[in-house]
Amino acid sequence: MEFIINQPITILHYVAVSSLIFVTGVCGLFLNRKNIIVILMSIELMLLAVNINLVSFSAYLQDLTGQVFSMFNLTVAAAEAAIGLAILMIYYRNRSTIEVTDVSEMRG
Amino acid sequence: MIANLFFYLFATSTVLSSVLTITSRNPVHAVLWLIFPFFNSAGLYMLLGAEFLSMVLVIVYVGAVAVLFLFVIMMIKIDDNHKNIMLRHVPSAIFATGLLLANLAIAIYVSINSVTVISRSDFATPKVNEITNAHALGQILYTDFALQFQIAGLVLFIAMIGSIVLTHRHRPGVKKQDISNQLKRDMQDSMEIVDVKLKEGVDGIHY
Repeated sequence: MEFIINQPITILHYVAVSSLIFVTGVCGLFLNRKNIIVILMSIELMLLAVNINLVSFSAYLQDLTGQVFSMFNLTVAAAEAAIGLAILMIYYRNRSTIEVTDVSEMRG
Repeated sequence: MIANLFFYLFATSTVLSSVLTITSRNPVHAVLWLIFPFFNSAGLYMLLGAEFLSMVLVIVYVGAVAVLFLFVIMMIKIDDNHKNIMLRHVPSAIFATGLLLANLAIAIYVSINSVTVISRSDFATPKVNEITNAHALGQILYTDFALQFQIAGLVLFIAMIGSIVLTHRHRPGVKKQDISNQLKRDMQDSMEIVDVKLKEGVDGIHY
């Protein structure tokens, strides 16, 4: 325990955390065949992992470009959530269900 | 030392609460668990020295996105009668995520020893005691990244218009003010001058 805490935190720790969160998001995509809302949440988790990665590399390289890009990423994530939830609302209005297994009109 | 302790605190709670997000049955609980990794990643950003992004993360994700998710969940009736449909997908989920995790681990392991990172630092982070992080970000965001900033605004604008167009619906029974209809009315099709004869009245007027 003492050894772990005394070690300096490197870029590797942050990359490990972000890849764990990303993998958790992917696992959520596979696991939740029940409703689309949880799938959208998994996508948000994956975007968060990418943002952590960008910011940690920005701090590691002492370059602000990563933080600027992370800000644009945040913008796109917010737009994606808004559009996704709007699509969900009209889908629910037409079909009165949001189960993923029922979405088969396009035979995808 | 204490910063290391905080890193481990934030990192473990981020990962644990994201696992709880995807495994909780109730979507409301999932959203509430989703708020937790956002706060903890804001703490991680703070440790990395990105104070402005940390605050923006809290405002945008917790204040806007999570509340939007909660609104949508409360508008939709979710039935809980398919509780064990998730169990069918556990082996494939474990296989795929294990594969991805192994991929990432190998990539990280290989890149520790072999890749040398050269910092070009066109936009080098200034010293902490010179200007603040928000100041430094603003100085390059409004000058070097002005076009990208405008495009980001355009993305948000299009998302706003798109979600309004998608969710707006015209219900036939509801009486609402229609301004273009009001302006299209003129004297010819809204009134008629009739010469009424004595003791006969008026026929053929359709209201």
